[in-house]
Amino acid sequence: MQSLTRNLASKIALLPMIIISLTVFVGCIIYSFVYSLTGSKLIPALNYVGFKQYEMLFKSRKWDVAVENIFIYGFVFTIGCLVIGFLLAVLIDQKIRGESLFRTIFLYPYAMSFVVTGLVWKWVLNPTFGFEHSMHLWGFEWFKLDWLVNRELAIYAVCIAAVWQGAGFVMVLMLAGLRGIDDDIWKSLSIEGVPKWKSYLFVILPMIRPMVVTSIVLIAAGVVKVYDLILALTSGGPGFATTTPAMYVMENFFSRANLGQAFAASIIMFISVVCILAPWAYYEFYFRNKEAKA
Amino acid sequence: MSLSSLSIEPSGSKPKHLTIGRIGLYCFILICALFFLMPLYVMIVTSLKDMDEIRSGNLLYIPKTLSFYAWPKAWSEACTGFVCEGLKPGLINSIKITVPSVIVSVSLGALNGYALAFWRFKGAYLFFGLCLFGAFIPYQVMVYPLLKIESAIGIYSSLPGIILVHTIFGMPILTLIFRNFYASLPIDLFKAARIDGGNFLKIFFYVIIPMSTPITIVAVILQVTGIWNDFLLGLVFAGRDNQPMTVQLNNIVQVDFGVAEYNVDMAATILTSMIPLAVYFISGRWFVRGIAAGAIKG
Repeated sequence: MQSLTRNLASKIALLPMIIISLTVFVGCIIYSFVYSLTGSKLIPALNYVGFKQYEMLFKSRKWDVAVENIFIYGFVFTIGCLVIGFLLAVLIDQKIRGESLFRTIFLYPYAMSFVVTGLVWKWVLNPTFGFEHSMHLWGFEWFKLDWLVNRELAIYAVCIAAVWQGAGFVMVLMLAGLRGIDDDIWKSLSIEGVPKWKSYLFVILPMIRPMVVTSIVLIAAGVVKVYDLILALTSGGPGFATTTPAMYVMENFFSRANLGQAFAASIIMFISVVCILAPWAYYEFYFRNKEAKA
Repeated sequence: MSLSSLSIEPSGSKPKHLTIGRIGLYCFILICALFFLMPLYVMIVTSLKDMDEIRSGNLLYIPKTLSFYAWPKAWSEACTGFVCEGLKPGLINSIKITVPSVIVSVSLGALNGYALAFWRFKGAYLFFGLCLFGAFIPYQVMVYPLLKIESAIGIYSSLPGIILVHTIFGMPILTLIFRNFYASLPIDLFKAARIDGGNFLKIFFYVIIPMSTPITIVAVILQVTGIWNDFLLGLVFAGRDNQPMTVQLNNIVQVDFGVAEYNVDMAATILTSMIPLAVYFISGRWFVRGIAAGAIKG
């Protein structure tokens, strides 16, 4: 009893966090998993059907497309943000004039809503009045930019918009890493006569590895969530060519009244996030602690 | 790495002469800047054109004749489905959602961070870890069960409902940045306050809060932009009468019937991003610190 009342104020203060962690973060996953084993339609019901919802999910053509899209999007978006973000950070790091102005320009899209980003790019990429039209007016009649209405290319339009919004974020993280590099390292590299691009790629980049890893984890965790951007930009279309797992879940919850299916899909989403996080968490908390102790 | 040691400011002297390499560098960085600015520019010029010019003219040109038709329409007349009140109600709703959500979530984050940094008890960090893990769970996994919880306590589809949701999802990151900030404060200060007979709340209010201004600014910026820009949670939890601006914007633009008015759409888009952009441009460095603080653990 005494141990419970020790530090009581702190325990009371943290009660909301404890309750939320248990009921929302843990509770909701358990709830979703339990109901993913049922045939719930419009309302959650405990009529167990085993793993049938998962079987249906993996047979669904739409889910297939959604998974394929999330892989394309995840790959292009992550690589795009990292490459462009790193490049911008290196450019900014060259002691240029107007540095803070350029930084502001590269980061401002990150302050905007995904919905706004989606709608702006929808307009820029509009095949009738958008950028394509501008090129035609300039005499480039052959120019074609019909990605938004092209089943194969629409997902790449989503990637462009997403990279435009997210690259500045990676730039900030990378820049923080670059600015942490000791001046002596630069001095010795220039004495050795190593070209600048080589120094960045082979010496500095490995040195800011923690920043790179953090960027990758944060971007990858965001990939699985992608919803508003696609809703605004393509509404999942043309057809369902740009649908994603998050959209699949939301549709089955709120417009198709197919709860069991939505729960099953959301559990798969959750598992994929765990798969992204687990190696990183292992490295951060286990491996590093071991290193620190040794 | 603590917040204070994190710097993205340049050091050393600026190079003196312009070489060909540096001219190339400036050209390249300028092209990048133009690419990043292009959508914002297109938004602004489109909102100031009339529909004839939008149909016949060049997307990238400045308007030949300035038309202010789109702005008042986006503000108070554009239709979302059957209601034609523009974005004005959305702005008011967004304010009604954002202000209390930010106050509640930041206060709770500060209290959590304080308790975790100075008043650790057995198991506290287990729950903290669990809470951090929550930051990575996709919303879609939690939306429906949370909706059930909220309807059970009778606040689903209401202002308190959406405020609670924002408080829940803001908690991991806010607790983290406050804990990290407090952990970097000198512990002797806390010990002295303890010897002077301060208790949990007294130390929090008289010693810790007065020192928390910088981290509170960071947290408020993070939450204001985050909550203002939210779409999914507002759509599901706010209810019909409290739909935030982002949801109304999407409804206005994606409306199925009638002639599409791109100038009105773009004016509405600018109006929606006005607040976060203003926060960003005014706060500048603080916004960057918010990002960095959220991204760098321990």
